[in-house]
Amino acid sequence: MKNVFKKGLWENHPIFKQLLGMCPTLAVTTSAINGLSMGLAIIFVLNFSSGIVSLIRKFIPPQVRIAVYTIIIATFVTLADLFLKAFFPSISKALGPYVPLIVVNCIILGRAEAFSSKNPPKLALLDSLGVSLGFLWGLVLLGSLRELLGAGTIFGIKVLGDFFEKWVVMVLPAGAFLVLGFLVGVINYIERKRR
Amino acid sequence: MRDLFLIFLSAVLVNNFVLTYFLGICPFLGVSSSYEQAVGMGLAVTFVMSLASSICWIFYHLILVKFGLLILEYVVFILVIASLVQIVEMFIRKYSPSLYQSLGIYLPLITTNCAILGLVLFMVIRDYNFIQSVVFGFSSGLGFSLVLVMMAGIREELKFSDIPQILKGASITLITAGILALAFMGFSGLISS
Repeated sequence: MKNVFKKGLWENHPIFKQLLGMCPTLAVTTSAINGLSMGLAIIFVLNFSSGIVSLIRKFIPPQVRIAVYTIIIATFVTLADLFLKAFFPSISKALGPYVPLIVVNCIILGRAEAFSSKNPPKLALLDSLGVSLGFLWGLVLLGSLRELLGAGTIFGIKVLGDFFEKWVVMVLPAGAFLVLGFLVGVINYIERKRR
Repeated sequence: MRDLFLIFLSAVLVNNFVLTYFLGICPFLGVSSSYEQAVGMGLAVTFVMSLASSICWIFYHLILVKFGLLILEYVVFILVIASLVQIVEMFIRKYSPSLYQSLGIYLPLITTNCAILGLVLFMVIRDYNFIQSVVFGFSSGLGFSLVLVMMAGIREELKFSDIPQILKGASITLITAGILALAFMGFSGLISS
């Protein structure tokens, strides 16, 4: 049981190993705080939708299952979106259309299809908790790295002094691809060392 | 006329969906290993995008806004897109079985291609009228195809080059995309926003 939880954190990490959910990963990680809020939104949507999918898994006709999952996910995304708009308008603005785009995030549909539609709620929740926490640390790491290189700060706190020439490209779209590309390389390297 | 041309130029080159908004990255990384698949995928996405933008515009303005059902916005959009993809899938299976075979799983996955939903969301946020939406949909599809085909060309060359062992696979593809994005930044002066 513990294994189910741990898998998403490293072994099957959604970003670095499976390369799923690339669109929010690359788009919102311009700063650590944006990465964190997107990660929290994903935790909310993923856990609730896998719980519900697992609860009603025996009543969903297999032909229309994808449509049913999508509607469940879209409902929770609407909730998350309205919540952010009401209580954290500045974050909602920074994340822009990427909050509604969680609907089509492959991680969430992937977990519904591959795991929670076949397992009881308790296991499904453990799995989704692991995957969403894995996604969270990936986003925060990527966001912190890009913010550090691009602005010299992490979570808005100054880390690098004035001597540091800011690499503005790191907070631009091109930097997202470069940082993630090298991070995946580093993770490959760690994996090979461990073997 | 001028605004339509600007929308076209912006969607294809300046604010390319893949390289600046990161929409449609999954097929971009998945299908871009062969040139022919990339062309087929690009055509399918362009077609779905042009249709999705016009049909979602009609749904949004004539039903959702009119009857105050905006809370259902995302659910309606995703249902429209899913049924469109289903139709395109049946169409391709009937008229070009070989293309259908080679696209495989990526065809139904256009539904969850964030580029399509992203397109519709941008259309709503920017408050485009009907004709602008159609142009926006078509040119975004073209921009997507352009980058996909370029990437496929580069990746076919990459097969023969000497890449460090740990960077092989997804890593070098992402770095290549990064360099491509850097190159596309050169277009940003075309339109002053």
